Amino acid sequence: MTAVTLVSAEVSPRRRLKVLASQEALLAIAVIGLAIAVGLYNPRFLAARNLSDVLLGNAYIAVAAVGMSIVIVSGNIDISVGALIGVLATISGTLAVNGAPIVVAWLAALVAGVVVMALQGVIIAYLRIPAIVVTLGMLSILKGGLISLTGGKWITDLPDSFHLADIELFGMLPFPVFLMIAVTILAALWMRYSASGRAIYAVGGNAEAARLCGISQPRTIVMVFALHGLFAGAAALLYATQLRVIQSTVPPNLELTIITASVVGGVSILGGVGTVVGSTLAAVLIAEIASALVFIDVSPYWIRAVQGVLILVTVIADILRRRRMAGA
Amino acid sequence: MTTDPHREAPTAPLLSVRTIEKSFPGVRALSGVSFEAARGEVHALLGENGAGKSTLIKIISGVFPPDRGGVLVDGRPVDLARPDDARRAGIATIYQELLLFPELTVAENIFMGHAPRAGLGRIDWRAMHEKTNALLASLEIHDLQADRVVGSLSVGNRQRVEILRALSQDARILIMDEPTAALTEYDVTRLFDIVRKLKGRGVAVIYISHRLDEIFAIADRVTVLRDGAHVATRRVADTDAAELVQLMVGRRIESLFPKVTVPIGKPVLEVMDLERRPLTRSVSLTVRAGEIVGLAGLVGSGRSELAQTIFGVTPADGGEIRIDGQQADIRSPAQARSLGIAYVPEDRGTQGLVRPMTVRENFSLAALGKVAFGGFIDRGAERRLAGDGLKRFAVKTSSLEQVAGKLSGGNQQKIVLGKWLANGPKLLILDEPTRGIDVGAKAEIHRLMGELAAQGLAILMISSELPEVLGMSDRVLVMREGRVVAEFPREQATQESVGAAMMGSHENAEKAA
Repeated sequence: MTAVTLVSAEVSPRRRLKVLASQEALLAIAVIGLAIAVGLYNPRFLAARNLSDVLLGNAYIAVAAVGMSIVIVSGNIDISVGALIGVLATISGTLAVNGAPIVVAWLAALVAGVVVMALQGVIIAYLRIPAIVVTLGMLSILKGGLISLTGGKWITDLPDSFHLADIELFGMLPFPVFLMIAVTILAALWMRYSASGRAIYAVGGNAEAARLCGISQPRTIVMVFALHGLFAGAAALLYATQLRVIQSTVPPNLELTIITASVVGGVSILGGVGTVVGSTLAAVLIAEIASALVFIDVSPYWIRAVQGVLILVTVIADILRRRRMAGA
Repeated sequence: MTTDPHREAPTAPLLSVRTIEKSFPGVRALSGVSFEAARGEVHALLGENGAGKSTLIKIISGVFPPDRGGVLVDGRPVDLARPDDARRAGIATIYQELLLFPELTVAENIFMGHAPRAGLGRIDWRAMHEKTNALLASLEIHDLQADRVVGSLSVGNRQRVEILRALSQDARILIMDEPTAALTEYDVTRLFDIVRKLKGRGVAVIYISHRLDEIFAIADRVTVLRDGAHVATRRVADTDAAELVQLMVGRRIESLFPKVTVPIGKPVLEVMDLERRPLTRSVSLTVRAGEIVGLAGLVGSGRSELAQTIFGVTPADGGEIRIDGQQADIRSPAQARSLGIAYVPEDRGTQGLVRPMTVRENFSLAALGKVAFGGFIDRGAERRLAGDGLKRFAVKTSSLEQVAGKLSGGNQQKIVLGKWLANGPKLLILDEPTRGIDVGAKAEIHRLMGELAAQGLAILMISSELPEVLGMSDRVLVMREGRVVAEFPREQATQESVGAAMMGSHENAEKAA
């Protein structure tokens, strides 16, 4: 992994080589290579049922990581997203259980996600408080608030029609997987081809230069966080509707898993570099590794350590690449 | 030990710098600079911005090694590979930005890294305070206590802490980089008192300053640098302000700057009584179509601040700006841009270029409105825009998709310039357009400036290189302390007249006489 990633740091004049050495291509190769390797060891890993479970259970992480990647490209970070997903899932579930129209319950999660994140964006952009501090505060408020208000109770007896994650498009494509792919492609195109997407890269790459070019840094950051909130809302819906109950505690360290997906996906923690295609592939890879550990008889608790190694390797490669670019 | 700096030292000089050469990628910073400083001598280093003073003192302080040449202390060569080597050789440097720990006390700052020990690795606080008090007493500083927190001190007192820190390490050679830049008049007087005391103890002080009056007040000898070369060393008693200015700016071939005379049109930019304290004070000026107006002045005279106020980065508090005769209240760079103003900032690294972006993306950044339709960028239009810029500015790059941060300084500067012109501006403000780039790229940027003026663009150029200002400008304005203090038409702008106005050295010459 290390050696291969370092090769990608070389800017080769031959473009074909460059494309093959991109972070996205490396991740795609890793996803397929790992599946083959583990499949050779234990063919049951490749069973359609298992692969689909891996994707279904983790699509919401990939969707949230798309928003996270955009936030990190803009030169910010958000550690409140895990707690927010828990809150949004609870809001949506509570509405559904109490007889609100299902569409309203779904929309509420999206709207609340946008509002909370946009608010954080305003504080970060206009009061110029570092994102890590603002989102750390929000993390505590959301986590504490959720436990206090729900008393730690789980939401059960959800109406059947609430379960978005059960929908299968064309009778074969599960909705979470469809949403993961659709969100990734749309966000990737938007980041690459829209003027707003370009503004995000500019603000994250050199805020001062962007400002002098007439790009409003505060407006860009609020937009980025609002969008991130929308994706967090969508992720919360997938999370809330994949099981028959909504737990008042989200998986611990969910935000770290999401950030890991972005960083391993090639999004520079220093801002200005990275794509959402990379982060989605990385989310899939991480989920695949977690599942693979079980099939090769390794304790699944190792997944955190593996994530840690992935993060360090990618960040070190990124820093080396930046140094080389600085050229001095 | 001697207190007479003019006496020829019987032994080797305390500090001897021998034919130092240093190059950075694309730039030759120093080409064979030598000077000497005796015990108890205050030796001033004088030169324009970019003359090589900073590089020279960094070499003497061990920040980076020279390519050739060396430094002798007491006649013995010393190997200055690291700052620590310089400290051990008795060399201490006080930089413009003071390097102190604001949360710690005066005593802790002075003895950071070499605190007296009391066994078992503990710090001997009593000894530290006593030594601090002894140092304070030795320089007759009575308004500073050893246990004061440095963050609460005035700039003058912080500087004294730095000086004490140097003395606590037995520094015999003290380098001061523009020590008075941020000081009040009272603190300057006290600094001079301290410098005289240090002289009396045999310390050699290397004193860097732009202010000629200070050099005449405190220095024994002065060495003038220009373009990285040693120009002259004079005894202060044997020279005057006029000679120093002339040595500093020198006489270079003006044909380096191919000035094209073009018809000058209507005023594009009119500024009246513009205010933005502290560095823009009641500034009035006009730039006409086809005209290049040079803005000369020392660093800190308020030129960049003026440019940023016109461009809306730091909007004005008072006064008036007119563009094409129309009053404009410019509150943001976006607004300035839509009025047809382009600004190429001084620091292309932090302010101009988005380094991780490609050449193509950098070119279109200020003109996204021109290549985006319905919020989406037309790749074809963007490529054409960037391709045109590439050709027009002769940028050397392997492709449009090259990461901009990988290009050479000159090519980066061309992209920053080209980016702004993609927008078709009426007024171009250039802040140090050729700083830190090689001669070839410089000449090309000058040629482009001439072309742009010929196309009717109004250009306001800030430059600290006097020959550039004189060579390129139709008119020269001089700023000092936030005001425009002089204006010269091209024919009357000479190195002597502009240099004197920059320094305010009419008055200084009188003082010195």
